[in-house]
Amino acid sequence: MTRPLRSDDLATAVAVPRADGADSAIAFEAVAKIFPARGGGPAVRALDGIDLAVAPGTILGVIGRSGAGKSTLIRLVNGLETPTAGRVVVDGTDVTALTERGLRDVRRRVGMIFQHFNLLSSRTAFDNVALPLEVARVPKAEIRRRVEPLLELVGLSDKRDRYPAELSGGQKQRVGIARALATRPTVLLSDEATSALDPETTRSILDLLSSINRELGLTVLLITHEMSVIRAVAKEVAVLDAGRVVERGDVFDVFTRPRHATTRSFLAAETGHALPPFLRERLRPEAAPGRPTALRILFRGPHATDPVVSQLSREFGLDVNILSGSVDEIAGRPFGTLVVSLAADGPTVERALAFLQARGLDTEVIGHVA
Amino acid sequence: MSPEILRLVWEATLDTLWMVAVAASLATLIGLPLGVFLATSGRGELFAAPAVNKVLGFVVNATRSTPFIILVVAIIPFTRLLVGTSIGTKAAIVPLTIAAAPFIARLIEGAIREVDGGLVEAARAMGATPLQIVAKVLVPEALPAIVLSLTLAIVSLLGFSAMVGAVGGGGLGDLGIRYGYQRFMPDVMAIVVVVLVVLVQLVQSTGDRLSRRLNKRLRHG
Ligand SMILES: Nc1ncnc2c1ncn2[C@@H]1O[C@H](COP(=O)(O)OP(=O)(O)OP(=O)(O)O)[C@@H](O)[C@H]1O
Ligand SMILES: [Mg+2]
Repeated sequence: MTRPLRSDDLATAVAVPRADGADSAIAFEAVAKIFPARGGGPAVRALDGIDLAVAPGTILGVIGRSGAGKSTLIRLVNGLETPTAGRVVVDGTDVTALTERGLRDVRRRVGMIFQHFNLLSSRTAFDNVALPLEVARVPKAEIRRRVEPLLELVGLSDKRDRYPAELSGGQKQRVGIARALATRPTVLLSDEATSALDPETTRSILDLLSSINRELGLTVLLITHEMSVIRAVAKEVAVLDAGRVVERGDVFDVFTRPRHATTRSFLAAETGHALPPFLRERLRPEAAPGRPTALRILFRGPHATDPVVSQLSREFGLDVNILSGSVDEIAGRPFGTLVVSLAADGPTVERALAFLQARGLDTEVIGHVA
Repeated sequence: MSPEILRLVWEATLDTLWMVAVAASLATLIGLPLGVFLATSGRGELFAAPAVNKVLGFVVNATRSTPFIILVVAIIPFTRLLVGTSIGTKAAIVPLTIAAAPFIARLIEGAIREVDGGLVEAARAMGATPLQIVAKVLVPEALPAIVLSLTLAIVSLLGFSAMVGAVGGGGLGDLGIRYGYQRFMPDVMAIVVVVLVVLVQLVQSTGDRLSRRLNKRLRHG
């Protein structure tokens, strides 16, 4: 299944089923955002030709480096930012055509959570969650009826009268999530919501987001710079690089077959994509007599547990030396990588590769062990 | 010290408190909205009106840079128009208010600007109107700082109120000038100073305590 990358691969990866406001919860249509030059600095093209749709009830993760335009992208959804060109359609409403007043209605249907929580220090947990309802002029009794279950949902009933200064980071983000859900939105925006949290707390917040997505059927647009976050919650992922979507697809596919250099570099820290240092130092690009060939084999889905190493050595009478490897689960599907070296001549290696490919495994010669 | 003098000091103290209380209230009534507006009307801000912001900023600076004693004299016609006289406690309230309002406005502006922009962003994302953002986010979050600002303004007003005494304003300053200075009674002067020091201490410690109580950022456990 290894084949040379064709240019249209990228096109199919990027060209999403043409964004159509009617059946997407969020749709970006040919969106560009240019921040005008100011104070001697040049204009910044923060987003360029963005076509991206999020199906209702799904979680789309957007990943990109610092400055890639992630925050700008997410802020377009609730009109905190207006695009220079293109349309942004939320639940069938073109938010780019709305006045400030119209936007306020849309904003009540779109919850948002933030990296630094943005809770009011002067309000208790309860009153922070109540704020969007006060803003929407919901009667006091009704506010009480709605806030209590939300605090329960995020597991903070016992902290209802605590001020943010008395809460941990994870608890603050839970309050933030409850607040974002207060107006019963259909869309939840999350801008680096776990970036200020430790791994364990991150995990619990992501679990909460997943269960909210499942149980309330909320559409979630989640921004992050960590692949591990995408992998934990998202079903689909879009990779943003310098204001463009360079890769888009099912999380499992993108993780196991990254096409774009940016995606690969994000994945470097993830399962099997980084080689251990001792191995990297010994790899040479050129073949030479007596240098075993190093091979990366990717096991995807149903093939993840195939006993190919023993088959390989039996079939070709080869010594197969395992250099590094891992088996993992991505988006609920098993995925393994194995780096092996084959002490064999060129033609034998070719035949071994053909053998592996015939079994539906992706292989890649990564060098020669010196 | 004669009971007569003590009675004079007591009455002068009440006059001073009255002047400062009324002037501080009026100045807050003007300075609070003015300060909030100054803090939110810059380019790209909540009530963006950069031109108005510049004009108001200039007026505020001009008032603040006029020496108080000159301000008192310069607005005598205006004072007379407003309260019918240019001497006495009632007349003193006018220049005191006019001097304190822009001072308070600048302090409030600073307090509001200290509020984390992320909170305004969150409120906008909730669909809050600019007025709701002011009433539910900016003012409550800046409240501890606003209380300290008002405390500072009241302390300054106590000083200014003593100064209007020099031009027949009534109150402790007036007493100090007329008895302590013109009739050369240093003990009256001393009492006036002691009463002012005590008043300043009281105001400051009350303000500090209130501000601390309102500040939920400092709470632990
Ligand atoms: N209000 C603004 N005015 C001018 N330039 C801006 C503005 N907001 C963002 N930019 C620029 O747009 C680009 C994208 O910024 P954005 O905040 O969307 O990046 P990001 O992907 O969220 O980065 P990070 O991971 O650091 O948060 C950057 O070059 C940034 O400097
Ligand atoms: Mg950002």
